[in-house]
Amino acid sequence: MSGAGTWSIAEDDHRKITGHLEALLKESQAHAALVVDRTGQLLANAGDKLTFDPTTFASLTAADFSANDQLAKMIGEPEFASLFHQGEKESMYLADVARRVILVVLFDQRTTVGLVRLKVKQTVSDLGKLFGEMFGRPAGPDKPAKLLEGAEDEIDKLFG
Amino acid sequence: MSMINYASKEINCKLVYYGPGLGGKTTNLEHVFAKVAPDQRGKMVSLATETERTLFFDFLPVDLGTVKGFKTRFHLYTVPGQVYYNASRKLILKGVDGVVFVADSQIERMEANVEAMQNLYDNMGQYGYDLTKVPFLIQYNKRDLPNAAPIKDLQAQLNPGWPVEEAAKQKQVPDPAHAGEFLVTQVDGAWVERAPYLEACAVTGEGVFETLKAVAKLVLKTLG
Repeated sequence: MSGAGTWSIAEDDHRKITGHLEALLKESQAHAALVVDRTGQLLANAGDKLTFDPTTFASLTAADFSANDQLAKMIGEPEFASLFHQGEKESMYLADVARRVILVVLFDQRTTVGLVRLKVKQTVSDLGKLFGEMFGRPAGPDKPAKLLEGAEDEIDKLFG
Repeated sequence: MSMINYASKEINCKLVYYGPGLGGKTTNLEHVFAKVAPDQRGKMVSLATETERTLFFDFLPVDLGTVKGFKTRFHLYTVPGQVYYNASRKLILKGVDGVVFVADSQIERMEANVEAMQNLYDNMGQYGYDLTKVPFLIQYNKRDLPNAAPIKDLQAQLNPGWPVEEAAKQKQVPDPAHAGEFLVTQVDGAWVERAPYLEACAVTGEGVFETLKAVAKLVLKTLG
């Protein structure tokens, strides 16, 4: 492999991911859920309107998970499949999905970490299957690797 | 890894500013942050020590315009330059789409530049990425300083080029940024390719946007 490659998320994929997140929120009584890829890009979110910058949040989530992965290796674990950050009012639970993306669930006193952890397992499994299919597609819908074919002039114009 | 989101009509790409400590990586991002309209950029996050040295990374998302109806969003990251932060430096390279090596032009920093460049090649290699194939640009920063080394010397040390094996690519490619220079040329009978380079003075902002635009363009062209 020469570089990190390209992948795409189609509108239909996005709908399915959001559907899984909404089901999770309903069952766990958590108030927001996000899916972030390992490079720190936000893929989808559901639940309450986010009161913070989701782009920054996604990049920090990926960094948090990556740093913890290395800590796991140092103590002889292949990985930490999930992380839990407890706050006074707000808490977050992060779970690895098929080593490709990270599921983040935000919750408060209306539920418990036990319930969130229990319900997250099913969502991780559902999302794992979905992302397995998505990453399995060589070039996604509409051949995204060639999305900008013929756009050279437009790119030149944009960047001078 | 660039990600094309058809639902939000966005192309997301990750750019990493790499280089020796105190070379000006964070200053590059700070200048972009200061000059880009707030509606075209997010917050700048710096995970730094109390003395403002980068501990983990700086992060700044910017929108650089629309191509074929897709918003181009670039996530800019810096890495900590100090040698002993290699573990966190390597993490930031995961999924990188384009790399800017910010070299410190001062003569006395030559060794630190060479060491950081070697470290970049090593860390990229550990992810299976080939720096000669990924969009990559060298920025010679601090050109305004009196002790700045000549570009010729910096190029010889940091950008000597790599062999071009493929016959189809063995033809002279002029360097659009420097008249009379070539990105692909013959040296002593062998074909070599060099990374494009630009000169900058990040403190005043000179060359900062030129660098960002040049690397962003290289990245988007890989999608074509």
